[in-house]
Amino acid sequence: MSDTEKFTCLIVGAGPAGLSAGLVLARAGVEVAILERGEYPGSKNVMGGILFTTILEKLLPEFWKEAPVERHITHRRFSFLSRDGEVGFDFKTSAFNEPPFNHTWSVLRAKFDRWQAEQAEAAGAMIIPGMMVSELILESGRVVGVKTEPGGEELRCDVVISAEGVNSFLAEQVGLRQVHDPKHMAVAVKEVIGLPQTVIEDRFQLNDLQGSAWEVFGQAVKGTFGSGFVYTNKESISIGVGATIHDMNRHHLNPNDVLEHFKKHPSIQPLIRGGESLEYAAHMIPEGGYTHLPKMIMDGLILTGDAAGLVNASHYHEGSNLAMASGVLAAETVIEAKQRNDFSAATLGTFQKKLEESFVIKDLRKFQKVSAFFNENPHILRDYPDIIVELLRDYFTISEKPKAQIEREVLAKFRREIGVINLVKDMFKMGRALR
Amino acid sequence: MSQDQVKDAMAVVPIQEGKLKATIEDKLFLVKYKIDKESHIEIDQEKFKADPVKAILYICPAKTYVLNEETGECLINFENCLECGTCLVAAMHYVRWRYPRGGFGVQYRFG
Repeated sequence: MSDTEKFTCLIVGAGPAGLSAGLVLARAGVEVAILERGEYPGSKNVMGGILFTTILEKLLPEFWKEAPVERHITHRRFSFLSRDGEVGFDFKTSAFNEPPFNHTWSVLRAKFDRWQAEQAEAAGAMIIPGMMVSELILESGRVVGVKTEPGGEELRCDVVISAEGVNSFLAEQVGLRQVHDPKHMAVAVKEVIGLPQTVIEDRFQLNDLQGSAWEVFGQAVKGTFGSGFVYTNKESISIGVGATIHDMNRHHLNPNDVLEHFKKHPSIQPLIRGGESLEYAAHMIPEGGYTHLPKMIMDGLILTGDAAGLVNASHYHEGSNLAMASGVLAAETVIEAKQRNDFSAATLGTFQKKLEESFVIKDLRKFQKVSAFFNENPHILRDYPDIIVELLRDYFTISEKPKAQIEREVLAKFRREIGVINLVKDMFKMGRALR
Repeated sequence: MSQDQVKDAMAVVPIQEGKLKATIEDKLFLVKYKIDKESHIEIDQEKFKADPVKAILYICPAKTYVLNEETGECLINFENCLECGTCLVAAMHYVRWRYPRGGFGVQYRFG
């Protein structure tokens, strides 16, 4: 590449946001290059493993016929673990067996993103792996290109789409985001555990290539503000835990110790027994949500995906789909800016408007109080699962004690341990945070 | 076969434990890296020493940071780094953590 070569748009990062933006731009004939610091697209990318595909389906209809997806999810589970028990909610429907499979798939990022990169490349986007963007080049207050490592090469462009992920150094460089707050950043670790396909299907009660997604709270993560997950792939299980860095710090926890604690729980251990650990990964998740979004626009720059803090950290755990949506909207904004030949913040500002009109900001707004709620009420995830499992254990314990007496005792214990008023208050507050 | 021989035979056939890994050390052997010659991490050792919490010693998912008991300084096993960025959020006043140079560092096969 010569120093004089100039792109209309440079995208930093070949993840769901950057690759979606690149595909849309390339299809519109915009000269676009995607710079990826990994040796291949996907090599730095980690997520728990469930991808919602409403946006992908529009970009690449019937992608599942070719893409390296693992299983379509027909079975959702949410559980609270106590130290030795579990109480939960379980949902299954075969309605999700039909195309478009409820737009919910288990995915292994390194494989999937590599495939999505091939689609962007086929559409005409240039993908440059092994190139790390170290800083944005600014001229009289506007972004005019990027500096890369190794080599210190400078690449020029009209506009940069930053899809660089959660650490968002570029946004920090130009002052678009605040310093990361440990209360709003989660650290997650995961293990991919290999097991034969039939064993997975038997253990999780699945038919051929159906999948299960299980979110687990409470003692799964030692009562911290976070959760564990178990997702089924074709021939492996993605299992992991995540919690805010603030909470991990407060309890002096190492994420892997929390993961091992989770793996040993009697609800989890039988599912992974005899498996083979294939890979271990760590990643941060920006969970600040609506109230902590950075400024996403400046002259010559748009932030997307995790770099823009676009994660729905409610029970939906939706990030990649929001990243793809923001990538598409950023690309559409750049196409309009190119028509006007104006890449100023004023023109690029339509990105923010598009985002607000889409499900992305609407969902983040809806769940904006979740993070604050659990930060302010740590007892709900820490204490309630143990108390509830104990009450249920008492209730289901078989003895010659008359059932009426058992009920009275369980109710008395409930009033003593939690109290009707406290429970109603907490449920009301939680309801408000989730509504 | 004598009783003792039976016992011995049973002793050398342990219950199949599978291939599940538990420690960070064992798990890092599963991860593919392309290791750079230079570290992408720097520590301000004086500020580290002055920090009573030293969160990076326990919170890092890859045990990248180890205390040198003799000097009180922080040793950096940068080649372990899984590139999550947690250290930066946990101890931003003395950790200078950047991405490794392009093409180097962790290479996830599953992700």
